Amino acid sequence: MTDANESESRTLLFRDGLNEALRQEMARDESVFCIGVGIAERGGSYKVTDGLLAEFGPKRCIDTPIAEPSIVGAAVGAAITGMRPVVEILFVDFTLLTMDQIVNQAAKYRLMSGGARSVPMVLRTQGGVGDGVAAQHSQSLEGLFYHIPGLKLVMPSTPRDARALLVSAIRDDEPVVFLEHKLLYMTEGLVPKEEEVIPLGVADIKRAGRDCTLIAWSNMIPRSLAAAAELAATHGIDVEVLDPRTLVPLDRQAIVESVCRTEHVVIVQEAVRRGGVAADIASIIQADAFDYLDAPVEIVAGRNTPIPYNRALEQACIPQTDDIIAAVRRAVYS
Amino acid sequence: MSTSDPELLARLYRTLYGIRRFEETCIQLYRQGHIRGYLHPYLGEEAIATGVCAALGTEDYIVSTHRGHGHCLARGGRFDRMLAEITGKATGYCGGLGGSMHIADPDTGNLGANGIVGAGIPIGVGAALGATIRGEDRVCIVFSSDGAANHGTFGEALNLAAIWNLPLLLVVENNQFAVSTPIDKSSRVVDLFHRGEGYGVDSLAVDGNDVLAVYDCATDARRRLLAGEGPILIEAKTYRHAGHHVNDPGTYMPQDQVELYKGRDPLTLCRRHMADDRRADLIQNEVDADIEAAIDFAHDSPEPDVDAFLQEYDR
Repeated sequence: MTDANESESRTLLFRDGLNEALRQEMARDESVFCIGVGIAERGGSYKVTDGLLAEFGPKRCIDTPIAEPSIVGAAVGAAITGMRPVVEILFVDFTLLTMDQIVNQAAKYRLMSGGARSVPMVLRTQGGVGDGVAAQHSQSLEGLFYHIPGLKLVMPSTPRDARALLVSAIRDDEPVVFLEHKLLYMTEGLVPKEEEVIPLGVADIKRAGRDCTLIAWSNMIPRSLAAAAELAATHGIDVEVLDPRTLVPLDRQAIVESVCRTEHVVIVQEAVRRGGVAADIASIIQADAFDYLDAPVEIVAGRNTPIPYNRALEQACIPQTDDIIAAVRRAVYS
Repeated sequence: MSTSDPELLARLYRTLYGIRRFEETCIQLYRQGHIRGYLHPYLGEEAIATGVCAALGTEDYIVSTHRGHGHCLARGGRFDRMLAEITGKATGYCGGLGGSMHIADPDTGNLGANGIVGAGIPIGVGAALGATIRGEDRVCIVFSSDGAANHGTFGEALNLAAIWNLPLLLVVENNQFAVSTPIDKSSRVVDLFHRGEGYGVDSLAVDGNDVLAVYDCATDARRRLLAGEGPILIEAKTYRHAGHHVNDPGTYMPQDQVELYKGRDPLTLCRRHMADDRRADLIQNEVDADIEAAIDFAHDSPEPDVDAFLQEYDR
């Protein structure tokens, strides 16, 4: 478990952690630049790129027309010729417009060029259910990127992880999809004053426990921690909350080690269940830790439906704290 | 026009003939089963890549298409490493991992061919953007086509190049067929250079079968790009000598049109400019020998190693 010493840390918003990472890397490396719709003058819809235009100028903080496929394409072209672009796509839903550039170009360029060049590009985008933003602005699409060889995939849950993982993503030589959850931007957390780098592919135990491993990421982490607190207080179940932080590469070792200790596992994802990352993690666990399992792997996931607008319907489509509590109890008491 | 320079003409003819013989060789190797998958010959269009690339500096970038052998060769690609790539050998430009549609040679500024029509245009915009951010004097040439002109990326990327005033030359190789659909069925405006005008991009058309006309046009365009005048679009009108790919007989192509354009063969036109058949024949003999050697090189080259490949890419 990472622990941020309070005396050497300060409380930061998730969005400000990201901002700090961008600022730091742009200052450190002249090849880093940011590009996207409304990121320069306006500072981004969630203020993640606020102040970068003033500090680094219009050549390195670039506003674009609404032309997502070509924005990502331009980032690919810049990346294979020596730059380290950080592209912002306003909503993960809009990355669907850019899938050719992400999947057919960025993810495959290193292989197609025989390893002659890679694509050191970060695609920052934002997803998940918010506050009634409806079907085309609420999706959790990590499964699409997870499926594509050649992409890395980061989904941080805390300001500290967000900052340190974005630094790693920018320094990485491969294309990285960096998925932020819209409900996390205004959450707070302790972040060290010092610069910090968290390598991609290293999970973090957000809460240590003995009885059950709860695997979750992004906005399902606060929900899982709430469930764990409730389970400890009222049911005497000691839950370990494991955050892979990066889905590609996935810290299989940390997952298997935790499961071997607790012998029970629940995987939580906001994305729809069908064909999801949780199902793949479950398959890894049954392959690598079958003899340790005391119960079937439980998956708590979004329903297989587009996200509806009405509040009650919307919330019925994604995992709630009570759903997680029920799943842990099923796993432990089975 | 620079017609009087015999050395330039000889250089252009060497490239033209090299592409022609290379493509004919590929078709032969394909028929013999040495080449897998798809093969899109550049036959009939050689003057465009040849004329444009001859006008470039070593630091410039090019972005190619699925019909990309000619671009790679004109940019300085070697017969042997290209043939090795197309036959899937470890000594190929991409270690046999890319194949005909994905040949890239970043060392010569060739950012790669592309199996997705229209996808290369924004990539070229990015290369030009990066050069501009770094303050470098280099231009990026994007080869595209009449087929790509109907893609969203064509308009998007051209617009980005325009608003950012990038040193980008978009070459629209109008071979008049998008796979099998003729230009007048895919565009109400068949003179595609007009599309650039709407984006505020200086746009012109050139005879894509006349290598000197292309060379002059590209030379002037590059000078203006380096002077900071912003992107330029050149529509090079041409015609395929055959179908879309090696297994497409092209029966939909009107025979009188094919004959018309074969009568305006880029090689014939260039020989006419040269007016020196002896030298042209000598060049052909030298290229033929190089290609024979390249066939042997590809044939004798090792296959890529499966374990090493999986170790590197299966993650």
